[in-house]
Amino acid sequence: MAVIRSPLGRARGMGSSKHGVGHFIAQRVTAVALIFLVLWALASSVSLAGGDYESAAAWLRSPINAGLACLLAFAAFWHMQLGMRTIIEDYFARPATKAVCLLLNIFLCWAAGALTILSILKVALSTSGVSV
Amino acid sequence: MADAAPGLRPRPISPQIQLNGGIWRWHLTMVASILHRATGVALYGGALLLMLWALSLASGADAYAVFTGLAGSILGKIALFGLTLCAFYHLGNGVRHLAWDSGYGFKPKTATTTAWLVMAFAVIATLLFWGLLGMSGAL
Repeated sequence: MAVIRSPLGRARGMGSSKHGVGHFIAQRVTAVALIFLVLWALASSVSLAGGDYESAAAWLRSPINAGLACLLAFAAFWHMQLGMRTIIEDYFARPATKAVCLLLNIFLCWAAGALTILSILKVALSTSGVSV
Repeated sequence: MADAAPGLRPRPISPQIQLNGGIWRWHLTMVASILHRATGVALYGGALLLMLWALSLASGADAYAVFTGLAGSILGKIALFGLTLCAFYHLGNGVRHLAWDSGYGFKPKTATTTAWLVMAFAVIATLLFWGLLGMSGAL
């Protein structure tokens, strides 16, 4: 089958380049979100550090704190999955090794993200004294 | 190059193996770039520690006490101090990258200046943060 599309047409974004920027954009969007979320988390950690279980659980029972903590986990695990993906693609030349590392990275980030968010929700939705 | 035939000039070699007197040298923007990736990898581990914090909190008071005990130990504090430094560096240099993405700061002099600024910000912010932690009585 003849290729009808001209090189110029492809360069204008009508080819696969339309989808190729997904990684780039997601990396930047999560980066901007993380500027605010990480600063919030660092500020919060000053009051949480040195506190006991009950003070930390009470902090997470605030919907604002729980919501921002879930967003932080979502953005952070997504961002680091993208970053580690680039590093693996840079340093692993063998296709099999690269594929295994990429899979492990994706599984680890999704699993850690899921565990973190579910843990946050479990504490956030528990009532004082009944938790554990 | 030692056994080059007499009369032959030494052949050109790649810049990255011209260690002395070559055209290659370490420069600050390169260090800043390598540090961005290295701190990113360290923060990958830091995010997994954040997961352990949430998991221990969801597992109850005893598990949380084990976590805070480890985090509050000398080794834990050293690791957390290092991670704070990594976080502030990666954050500052990330903003530098976002400026580049928007088309600003590409002049070599500007890039070197902003690299110094980011490094200074990382150190000062980390010291301020741990100073705050100390004043709050958490240490």
